[in-house]
Amino acid sequence: MEFNTITESLEKINSNKISIVELNDIFINRIKKNKNLNAFIYFDEENISQQIKKIQSSKNNFKLKGIPLAIKDLFCTKNMPTTAGSKILQNFQPSYESHVSQKLLDQGSIFLGKANCDEFAMGSATNTSYYGNTINPISPRGSQLVPGGSSGGSAAAVAANLCLGATGTDTGGSIRQPASFCGVVGIKPTYGLCSRWGIIAFASSLDQAGVFANNIADTAILLREIAGYDNKDSTSANREIPNYFENLNQDMSGKVVGVPKEYILPDIPEDISKIWEQAIKSLERGGVKVKNISLPHTKYALPAYYIIAPAEASSNLARYDGVRYGFRSEEGTSLDEMYELTRSEGFGKEVKRRVLIGTYVLSAGYYEAYYIKAQKVRKLISNDFNEAFKECDFILTPTAPSPAFPLGDKEDDPIKMYLNDIFTVPASLAGIPGISIPFGKSQNGLPLGIQLLSKHFDEQLVLNAGLYLEKNNV
Amino acid sequence: MSSLIQGKFSKWETVIGLEIHAQIKSNSKLFSSSSTKFGSSPNSQVSLFDAAMPGMLPVINEFCIKQAVKTGLGLKAKINRYSVFDRKNYFYADLPQGYQISQYKHPIIGEGAVTIDFKDGSSKDIRIVRLHLEQDAGKSLHDQNPSKTYVDLNRSGVALMEIVSEPDLNSSHEASLYITKIRSILMYLDTCDGNMQEGSLRTDVNISVRKPGEELGTRCEIKNLNSIKFIKQAIEYEAMRQIKIIEEGGIIEQNTLLFNPQLGKTKPMRSKEEAHDYRYFPDPDLLPLKLEDDFIEIIKKDIPELPDERKKRYINEYKLSNYDSSVLTIEKSISDYFDQVLGCHKDLKKSAKLVVNWITSELFAILKKNEVEIHNSPITPYNLGQLVKLIISNKISGKIAKDVFEDMYKNSLSPEEIVNSRGLAQVTNVKEIELIIDQILKLNYDKVNDYKAGKTKLLGFFVGQAMQISKGKANPKILNDILIKKLS
Amino acid sequence: MKIDKNTTLKIAKLCRIKVRDEEIEELSSQLSSILDWVEKLNEVNTDNIEPLNNVSIATLPLRKDKENLQDQSKEVLSNAPEKLENYFAVPKVVE
Repeated sequence: MEFNTITESLEKINSNKISIVELNDIFINRIKKNKNLNAFIYFDEENISQQIKKIQSSKNNFKLKGIPLAIKDLFCTKNMPTTAGSKILQNFQPSYESHVSQKLLDQGSIFLGKANCDEFAMGSATNTSYYGNTINPISPRGSQLVPGGSSGGSAAAVAANLCLGATGTDTGGSIRQPASFCGVVGIKPTYGLCSRWGIIAFASSLDQAGVFANNIADTAILLREIAGYDNKDSTSANREIPNYFENLNQDMSGKVVGVPKEYILPDIPEDISKIWEQAIKSLERGGVKVKNISLPHTKYALPAYYIIAPAEASSNLARYDGVRYGFRSEEGTSLDEMYELTRSEGFGKEVKRRVLIGTYVLSAGYYEAYYIKAQKVRKLISNDFNEAFKECDFILTPTAPSPAFPLGDKEDDPIKMYLNDIFTVPASLAGIPGISIPFGKSQNGLPLGIQLLSKHFDEQLVLNAGLYLEKNNV
Repeated sequence: MSSLIQGKFSKWETVIGLEIHAQIKSNSKLFSSSSTKFGSSPNSQVSLFDAAMPGMLPVINEFCIKQAVKTGLGLKAKINRYSVFDRKNYFYADLPQGYQISQYKHPIIGEGAVTIDFKDGSSKDIRIVRLHLEQDAGKSLHDQNPSKTYVDLNRSGVALMEIVSEPDLNSSHEASLYITKIRSILMYLDTCDGNMQEGSLRTDVNISVRKPGEELGTRCEIKNLNSIKFIKQAIEYEAMRQIKIIEEGGIIEQNTLLFNPQLGKTKPMRSKEEAHDYRYFPDPDLLPLKLEDDFIEIIKKDIPELPDERKKRYINEYKLSNYDSSVLTIEKSISDYFDQVLGCHKDLKKSAKLVVNWITSELFAILKKNEVEIHNSPITPYNLGQLVKLIISNKISGKIAKDVFEDMYKNSLSPEEIVNSRGLAQVTNVKEIELIIDQILKLNYDKVNDYKAGKTKLLGFFVGQAMQISKGKANPKILNDILIKKLS
Repeated sequence: MKIDKNTTLKIAKLCRIKVRDEEIEELSSQLSSILDWVEKLNEVNTDNIEPLNNVSIATLPLRKDKENLQDQSKEVLSNAPEKLENYFAVPKVVE
């Protein structure tokens, strides 16, 4: 029996064709065989066994009964340590469960472990984690490719069938880009659809919880379970959540897809242009009208993001000071010294860079020129999408400007790394939903992803379009 | 009213602005549900949010917003329909988030004003720049261990209203009047309990000096003063310090200072040597606050008669002096008491001044001696009014009344009960008094002659004798009149 | 270079991160490049544009003033690197 999808596995669990223990054992064994991928920061069999016992003895009607998931180590979990991929939270054991992961537990899912991620979600290759880098499971023999980031551990775990689904967070592309690199589906919902309570904050106005899965159907199931209003999060949207799975419909006839000309970059690899073309043609065959649209401020999205996100991060990470939890340097003899040494030792290079940038752009004399300017550009980018959606229902672009690249590449120059997010960041700034689905392969046989964007709270549409492309992938 | 200070070479004007931090009276904190009770065991009123655990988010307390609006209305200030919460970023042990959620560019309350009244009847308007909401910080204990500081976060996150005045104050006296007035208004509104010992009201003082008519001088900020006495002392010391420096040819460095009450001096805060760059930016976890008109109208209805209005009423209705009215209205509990006395005894309206005297001299004194607040006074407003009525109707003399008053306090009895049980009613029967006088004059025949010969001071002796015999109950006026008649 | 050594040290102090001598030059250079790169935004005309602080559709939710009387001190102190009785302990603040 194959257990590659949530839908199949749920059917077999609910019809007792397989027990929860047996199902999870398959994945546990795979995890043990694939330690070299370093997809998990925390993995403990006894812990899993306890979880299963709890589900087995419960009479609740679970929607995700026994389904093995990986949880990005940015979500605070009550029964597993939470590190955010950082030394500064080594051995931090939250006494609380994030709202999103609690919802998954409430539906009877099994957490196989905490997935590795870039430190504090800052990165695009899962190579800044204190707990080592993660290897992309699709790496050809003899090579080590990155899985993308920051949710690289989650994407890799799904791609390597170490779990049936995973949570991630997406601030500038941290779900979509690794989904593309690893050849799985990844969705970043509308800002506010999912609660941020209990998720370690990176950039509060951009962070969103999302999911990875092997196909659209599974993605839809998971998304439905994590979405929903939370009164503990003041930015949470109070909206009814559709049943994304039941409403899945691959009939796209009559819909209009926008193709933004500003995403056609001169140095895009040919194989990426090709899959973009193929996706457009496939949609046309499905009755979709193609419209060339303009998102004029696209090229300013990355610079704006790299002002706003570090600024918010510099403030959000101020609490990591060695006083109440986490790592504390033994050396400091005064409070300030303790702060400086703790944070210097506890944070990695990329985090330190971004905190410094963020501090600078908020500082006196620079706030107007940088931060305010970036927020104004953000308004323009948001307006671009509002205007575009008057002419089309959804937008189609490549997810990333390259397939997965070798570990060690682009590490000498931070900006080279930042450019990985070039196609994903604009949607983050506008807060609109975005999904990446695997579509075609690069010249070297590596997965490539196609990105679908829609209006706020129109997740159903990108799921439907994704389903269509999944089924019409030629 | 001149409040200029005489320096060595010239007269100096002190320019003072105050920033008052008032803890909002509410059950829970501004952005979390922890209790705000004072004096609990350390870190027992700290939620995950208050401890700034990873992933925690703020949710604002509706009642705190209402309290701030109510206060704004009481300060006759502009209620801003749109306000924004900003993060004020800095590092300190009692600031767990590494930032304080405050309001910077768009505060909830705008310009207002407060009137202070001087003893001579004049008054002065002190302008208020703004009032904004912000989180209080926790508490650091520095003196328990030579190398460690201990942190209690109970207070972290309690709602504060920061009330900022224009630099319209020109003396320590004006400053104390201003704070007293603000405190009084807050307590009338019940938006702050005004308990300075518990830290419910703390003040930062901005102070500079200049020669009258000249440009504003460089100011220094004295932080965290929590008693009116210290505020006055600090202002007086700092003004002199600055004057001395300038007169000796120096310049004032802009500094943040702490006041040492033991030494009576200010000194610079070491940690503020580098100018703070708070890097304010709008808090992305909170959306802007938008207030609707009906939200504000409902709060308006809840505003009680405020000190200034009560004062006006006392002056108009009871013809009390400006000063007396001020004293009565300083604290709501005092003017409530006064209102209750007159409420029970409408016929005391014409003797309001007498009531005031009894409250502000006798009652205040005995309450202070026993460390009791007026709202817990064993002498009820009704009984105090009764006592005054007995005096007015000549039933007892003023002197006896004081005795009765003490008895009333000790035993919580009514004045009639005491006067009757102790037989203290004043003797006003003319015949009775004549009898006593005749007795005395007969016994002191020689002194009568001395009096008639010119030693008129002996009148006091006769009065004293008569009082002794009557056990103090003879009506002094009648006694006096009859004595004089009989001696002439 | 936009961010010189002194500026790097100043910013590092503001955000309480110790930058070692060996790190300063590379860091200053990287920060300068990043800031040069983001200055591309100056090409955009943003006259009359309001900053977009939040993309949430919510209005600020208000919480009722009901206090939670639970004593969470044990939980809150459970991860503390150093504590004494129920206080967090830190190296002394030099006042």
